[in-house]
Amino acid sequence: MEYLDFELPIKELEEQLDKCMVIGEESDVDVSETCKQIEKKLAETRKDIYKNLTAWQRVQLSRHPNRPYTLDYIKAICGDTFLELHGDRNVKDDKAMIGGLGKIGDQTFMFIGQQKGYNTKTRQYRNFGMANPEGYRKALRLMKSAEKFGIPVVTFVDTPGAYAGIEAEERGQGEAIARNILEMTRLQVPILVFIIGEGASGGALGIGVGDKVLMLENTWYSVISPESCSSILWRSWEYKEQAAEALKLTATDMKKLKLIDEIVREPAGGAHANRDKTFTTVKNKILSHYKQLEKLSPKELVDSRMEKYAQMGVFNG
Amino acid sequence: MENMTAWFRRKEKGIQTATEEKKDTPKGLWYKSPTGKIVESEELAKNFYVSPEDDYHVRIGSKEYFEIIFDGNKFKELDVKLTSKDPLKFEDTKKYSDRLKDAQKKTNLKDAVRTAVGKSMGKDLVVACMDFGFIGGSMGSVVGEKIARAIDYSIKKKLPFLMISKSGGARMMEAALSLMQLAKTSAKLAQLAEAKIPYISLCTDPTTGGTTASYAMLGDINISEPGALIGFAGPRVVKDLTGQDLPEGFQTAEFLQEHGFLDFISHRRDLKKKVNLYLDLIQNNPVRSSEN
Repeated sequence: MEYLDFELPIKELEEQLDKCMVIGEESDVDVSETCKQIEKKLAETRKDIYKNLTAWQRVQLSRHPNRPYTLDYIKAICGDTFLELHGDRNVKDDKAMIGGLGKIGDQTFMFIGQQKGYNTKTRQYRNFGMANPEGYRKALRLMKSAEKFGIPVVTFVDTPGAYAGIEAEERGQGEAIARNILEMTRLQVPILVFIIGEGASGGALGIGVGDKVLMLENTWYSVISPESCSSILWRSWEYKEQAAEALKLTATDMKKLKLIDEIVREPAGGAHANRDKTFTTVKNKILSHYKQLEKLSPKELVDSRMEKYAQMGVFNG
Repeated sequence: MENMTAWFRRKEKGIQTATEEKKDTPKGLWYKSPTGKIVESEELAKNFYVSPEDDYHVRIGSKEYFEIIFDGNKFKELDVKLTSKDPLKFEDTKKYSDRLKDAQKKTNLKDAVRTAVGKSMGKDLVVACMDFGFIGGSMGSVVGEKIARAIDYSIKKKLPFLMISKSGGARMMEAALSLMQLAKTSAKLAQLAEAKIPYISLCTDPTTGGTTASYAMLGDINISEPGALIGFAGPRVVKDLTGQDLPEGFQTAEFLQEHGFLDFISHRRDLKKKVNLYLDLIQNNPVRSSEN
């Protein structure tokens, strides 16, 4: 397990607890009381730290190297029934954007999401979760296929942004994202969106329009990353903490602004502290929301989705 | 000097042996894969015609694919009697009418595609499978018509459609009549899509030319087998035209997947299971697990 700077007190206590247990096993000294004390302190410390996280700390957690990624969720939720599908039928299979069909119980879902890597090699392979136009076109192809057969769509958003490269521009990164946004507003099947890590701007929204948009507790979603915002507005990378606060990018802020529908609570210590619990929570959220959405006709579904987005924005007059 | 070099000079260009004079390799007990691995024929058949040592997927025809896909090799063949005409009185080194007769005799097939309906893992499936042995799996009027009718059958009975392509492309001996089979089959596939019936396109070694430029690339999913050659213009044509060296693995199934045209590549052993898994998922049916 890797620890962020503000998690160091937790690390210390966990190490103490480990030592205590080793002593207990290797000698006759009764350490159960001491261990219990440390455990209690650990729980309290954890609660304290996670109770009042700053926006920047949430950003850090959203990028935690042990945090589960899209394929972790899908494989945990669907097991053997997951069938990954590849390609945009145009230029490439984008490894930063994955998708495929899978079952939860009796119901098939089309899963789509950005994918990050676990180590240097796979991070490069996945292009750090930054999709190219072909990734967005692959996503759209899969969504249209789901629509054709009446299969609901679930997307997992986790990206530091759409890839800003020369070839990406040549192939129309902007067009690809725009097309996805438009088509998602009128897709005739339910769409559930989960922000599971980073939700950076158009790159996130390119698979992020849905009937229900849910943010996990320790994720961020905004028009720009705090670092880039700092560099543009403060003309220095140093102001990322302030930028994170100013952007109102946490789940709580996004909910207050009515830009997302729901916050998904994470286990104490974050999604990575208890992955199985996180997967179960997300799976249950998919099922409960789908149960509500499947009652609607395609027209009702699209009408209310359109209406939801029509309401977004704050202005005078 | 003149006399000595004459020994090495080819007097006549190219290989002159006429097809009828070619010696058929006797059907032996052994199969040798391109990497030189040797396998007993019976064992090869049991291993889905895949060389066990190097996973080389041997080219097979409709007989073998039907055996792999249909439960207990049971199926009803559709439109068995359709055969080609020679409307253009086409003649190259050989009359088309003779070529057809020879191909029928040699392969025991009527033309380059067979269509059938049968159960796969317990559920009905319509399959059209091409035979490369019949004039290079070329698509003429009969191939187009049989595929179109198989799709009609799929629409009428609301059954999923699996197309197994293995073809050099459109049949030159039927000229533009062949070309229009691209349009005819694609139009039928549009109707199949309207009916929201799943269409799986399996591109096998080789899938090229007009076949690639029509039904082979139009599946709800396009899939393939390891190492299969898939392309529009063949590798030699591309090389001659561009004068460039081709990248390694050019036009292999893996190349196609990397470039976004295949949903997945399946080992032949998993083919039946994966085709049916997709069908269960996309039709929102319970996933069938046991083989029938």
